Amino acid sequence: MAKPKVATTHMAGCFGCHMSLLDIDERLVQLIELVDFDKSPIDDIKRFTGPVDVGIIEGGCSSQENYEVLKMFRKHCKVLVAVGECALTGGIPAMRNTVPLKECMEEAYLKGPSVVDGVIPNDPDIPLMLDKVYPVHEVVKIDYFIPGCPPPADAFWQVLTALLAGKEPVITYEALKYD
Amino acid sequence: MSNGKITIYVDDVEVTTEAGKTIMEACDAVGIYIPRLCYHKDLVPAGHCRVCTVKVNGKPTNACTFPVQEGLVVENDTDELKEFRRHVIEMLFVEGNHVCPYCEKQGNCELQALAYRFGMLAPTYPYLYPKIEVDATHPDVYIDRNRCVLCGRCVRASRDLDGKSVFGFVGRGKGKRIAVNAEHSLSETQLQAADRAAEICPTGSIVVKRTGYRVPYGKRLYDKEPIGSDIEAKAKG
Repeated sequence: MAKPKVATTHMAGCFGCHMSLLDIDERLVQLIELVDFDKSPIDDIKRFTGPVDVGIIEGGCSSQENYEVLKMFRKHCKVLVAVGECALTGGIPAMRNTVPLKECMEEAYLKGPSVVDGVIPNDPDIPLMLDKVYPVHEVVKIDYFIPGCPPPADAFWQVLTALLAGKEPVITYEALKYD
Repeated sequence: MSNGKITIYVDDVEVTTEAGKTIMEACDAVGIYIPRLCYHKDLVPAGHCRVCTVKVNGKPTNACTFPVQEGLVVENDTDELKEFRRHVIEMLFVEGNHVCPYCEKQGNCELQALAYRFGMLAPTYPYLYPKIEVDATHPDVYIDRNRCVLCGRCVRASRDLDGKSVFGFVGRGKGKRIAVNAEHSLSETQLQAADRAAEICPTGSIVVKRTGYRVPYGKRLYDKEPIGSDIEAKAKG
């Protein structure tokens, strides 16, 4: 029987959640025996090679590209897991949510103290920003959540191993953190 | 009801207490934890937050304000009430800007600890992301209303313990907020860092400056044991 497939992606976040996933240390060897990685920054596979069992989302939904990636993950993954405060709440990037997008862009590219001859980028290759950063479960259906900034490695391990064993994941008290 | 003793029944457990106590005081004394947020043992109970809601003879009631009476039947640790309390906490999370990753109260925050205890992963309500200013004008204390849950502990502590009435409520409904007793800002008030009102906030809304992040991750108040464990320990003796 083929191993279950896991895909991961990173959106408006800091990659800390991916680092914390790697922080399961020697259990990584066990994980690699349990699963194959599909599309993920870990193996640098850019496109889905087929249906995936577990999709892991880090970061909030901040741009048109994030939105499309989220939709794509929902389409290709049987189970979606949102990980980290940015995916669950918008997190640090969502600090911009209280400021209108136009003001944010002007502050960054036109009025900032270190800006010289600023211009707001408008290249077709650059994804358009959304009006605010959305928690991912406000955009697509999410099946499981792992909070934390980043989630403790143990929380990753508890949820992943439960899902792979076909059980309902439970995060223990000490591994449930929002910070 | 002889010799002033009163018996109430909490989740079918017989609790003996005395007249004049509230349901919460009676339960605390015997190691039954009723979750609470706006309640503080040194303050008059206010019944603001509704986290301590129990059912008394079938009717939802604040445990922190309701006086015991002979034969009361109280529901506390039921699935229905746990669900209700989790929703109260979730609503507090989405209506403010509670960003735990950079909050100075992280690990010691009662709002966060209650959410942990209730097993909240992500709130089921949409985030409102209100725009709220921080008042950091005072040299030793700041008030960040992004994290305020309107529990009114600061109001009661400043009035009743410090005798200063630095804080008060203004507005109503979703426009309700904590105001300071001054023309403009906190710096114009009598508040001092040593005041009870400066340390009694359950969240990171009123914080004494230069005290944050002192306790390392893993050793903070609610890192190992859920909030309420100290009360429940009494029952285990």
